[in-house]
Amino acid sequence: MTRPATTEELELIDHGDGGGVLPPPDGGGDDGRRPWPRPEVSRRAFFTLIQLSLAAIVMFFMSLTSAYIVRKGLGGDWQATPIPRVLWLNTLLLLASSLTIELARRKHSGDAAANPLAAEARNARFSQWWTITIALGLLFLAGQLFAWRQLSAAGMFLDTNPSSSFFYVLTAAHGAHLAGGIFALFYVAFRNWKRSRITQETAADLAALYWHFMDGLWLFLFALLTVGR
Amino acid sequence: MAEHEGSGAHAHTAPTGFLWKYVFSLDHKVIGIQYYFLALFSVFVGMALSLLMRFHLVWPAAHVPLIAGGVMKPEQYLALVTMHGTIMVFMVLTTAPQSGFGNYLLPIQIGAEDMAFPVLNMLSFWTTFVSLLVILAAFFVEGGAPIAGWTSYPPLSAVGDMSGPGEGLGQTLWVIGLAIFCLASLIGALNFITTTVDLRAKGMSLMRMPLTVWAWLITAILGLLAFGVLLAACALLLLDRMAGTSFFIPGGLVFTDTVLAAHEGGSPLLWQHLFWFFGHPEVYIAILPGMGVTSHVLSNFSRKPVFGYRAMVGAMLAIGFLGFCVWGHHMFVSGMSPYSAFAFSLLTMTIGVPSAIKTFNWLGTLWGGKIQFTCAMLFALGFVSLFVTGGLSGLFLAQPTLDLYFHDTFFVVAHFHFVMGVAAIFGIFAATYFWYPKMFGRMLNETVGKVHFWLTFIGVYCIFMPMHFLGMVGRPRRYADLTGVNFLGPLHSVEFFISIAAIFTIAAQFIFLFNFLYCLKWGKKAESNPWHGTTLEWSIPSPPPFDNFAGRHVQVYRGAYEFSVPGEAQDFIPQDLAPEKVGKAN
Repeated sequence: MTRPATTEELELIDHGDGGGVLPPPDGGGDDGRRPWPRPEVSRRAFFTLIQLSLAAIVMFFMSLTSAYIVRKGLGGDWQATPIPRVLWLNTLLLLASSLTIELARRKHSGDAAANPLAAEARNARFSQWWTITIALGLLFLAGQLFAWRQLSAAGMFLDTNPSSSFFYVLTAAHGAHLAGGIFALFYVAFRNWKRSRITQETAADLAALYWHFMDGLWLFLFALLTVGR
Repeated sequence: MAEHEGSGAHAHTAPTGFLWKYVFSLDHKVIGIQYYFLALFSVFVGMALSLLMRFHLVWPAAHVPLIAGGVMKPEQYLALVTMHGTIMVFMVLTTAPQSGFGNYLLPIQIGAEDMAFPVLNMLSFWTTFVSLLVILAAFFVEGGAPIAGWTSYPPLSAVGDMSGPGEGLGQTLWVIGLAIFCLASLIGALNFITTTVDLRAKGMSLMRMPLTVWAWLITAILGLLAFGVLLAACALLLLDRMAGTSFFIPGGLVFTDTVLAAHEGGSPLLWQHLFWFFGHPEVYIAILPGMGVTSHVLSNFSRKPVFGYRAMVGAMLAIGFLGFCVWGHHMFVSGMSPYSAFAFSLLTMTIGVPSAIKTFNWLGTLWGGKIQFTCAMLFALGFVSLFVTGGLSGLFLAQPTLDLYFHDTFFVVAHFHFVMGVAAIFGIFAATYFWYPKMFGRMLNETVGKVHFWLTFIGVYCIFMPMHFLGMVGRPRRYADLTGVNFLGPLHSVEFFISIAAIFTIAAQFIFLFNFLYCLKWGKKAESNPWHGTTLEWSIPSPPPFDNFAGRHVQVYRGAYEFSVPGEAQDFIPQDLAPEKVGKAN
């Protein structure tokens, strides 16, 4: 590898714990040593990781969906669960959060020429939109809890009816995955990225990808629960 | 990701201190060995359970050690059946070939310094460990271990302890343990695929990867797509058990004069569909790594390239894909439409095509080779034998009309023990004898290994071959005691023979265990390439240094099986040997 080391790589070497390296047993030179894995490999690997996770998540929700369809088709005891109105508001909140996370991400990754704002100002804008996204995500979860309360107040519990069972299971499963997303948003915002294999920008891109997916997944589940009830 | 993951420095500095070096290690090699030992422990537990079962089947009135009350009750026998299946399938067949050897060797064979995500890797192991503890805990809770089988069909598995001892807390622990295992396997699969996709060394194109790497990659893809389904099914089953839902529990069930009023409308078949949509790919998760190892070892000890490398890759991909299309063949007797059964049957038999491609290519690899009968080679040949034997009985079971008769008989037990049980175990043994020198820096004793091979090889045929005949006569599975049944009376001597064979075969495994443990300390020191292999793990010391290649940039120049190249003095060319050096060795 003749490519000169990038500053990122040097930084990574710098931040190694103690900087100690194993002496090459064959007595070879130290020049071939590279930080592992290289930053551009790390970025790609993290994207692969997230995309594969999404595939696994799709399989999980498709299993529940097929169970939903089969169980509904079994007949007799299925009574459509009324959809709490707040879900429409929640859906809007989540759609809005996809927009704000995209705004945040763009502020972060926009290069200096395209974006005349100074780096510091851009960071401030990033933090602003990012925080709004977190708030919207938390509001969505609160709204989902509110929907549960409305349903239970109406006498619809987890074990009332197969339809209500699936309502709780699907919303809970989605909520848990979204809560993971919120954790990731916090993590991106507050972690010290200097010591990391990837930049905050990459992490923000990854979190945004996951977030959009959770948004789309909710649209699908919401359609299933309303149209398919 | 935790801080360690981000430090970017773990590949530079080997950790010091016992805890970080051997327990919470981030090194894929240590994690691979941890998985291996987890599987080694589990396989002895699983074998002990099968020994108790075989003992009970021929001496049902005997007092048995370890069994509460002395004489085994039918429900205790069912608990043994359940736990034997669960532990063997998940903790041995899923864990050792893929997570054990895959973890250890995949990064090295593609020229990487570690897995893509070492912290996730460690998490994956420890999650598996917790899952094993949770599942084993079922033995020690009130009511004991569950009795619903490794497939845990509802309603037996869903209605709680009214359906039998072990169906209370024991079954709950089983479901939770399995759900945890799903998470662990998903994390592992993510890591395997990402590593293979993104961390290959320069020159390591997909078609230069060793077939082992292909097998681990395809297995990981199967795991990624299958374990989420089992997780969903486990979640629903848990809710049926704990929260009063009726996903799988139908209405009007009667348990010892009590009508189950709290549930209605659920479908036990829904569980079967979800379970087998996972369960069939799971069979290939167990066997595919063994296929990879077998191809690799056969080529190495025939001193010939793998015959039809591309066809081998294609066959594994086809087997993986078809594995998701055939789950219905486990449910032929569920009352499914004959048209569905026909479709599932046809797809199932289609798997015979890639399986035959693999088998003939293995034979083609051997053909005209300079065969060296090392222990690893013997076990790889044993794998081919067992895979063919088990695969052929699969053709019978794939016919819906024949399956109506064979279903839930010992014919099925014989089939899956051959094809996914002992075949996969032989894959593990082949891998152990082959890579032990690399992993532990010492050679296993070959003579002791050959004794182990022949006793095991003859032993498993003696155990499982007669089971076909039991099944054909109509001897059903999962019955604790059939000694008083008239039409099975003449077969008692066969049962007796199987049990004796099982005792001898299990005893033979202690030869292996002794060889394994003895050679850890006193085995002959291994050189870096004792088998004259071509793949990257043989170009580094045994055992490899912490970051595998000690900082060297690996450059791969050729495919993985360059054996006996015409005109070359040396009969193998390592993958990373620079072209200008080829022909100058020796």
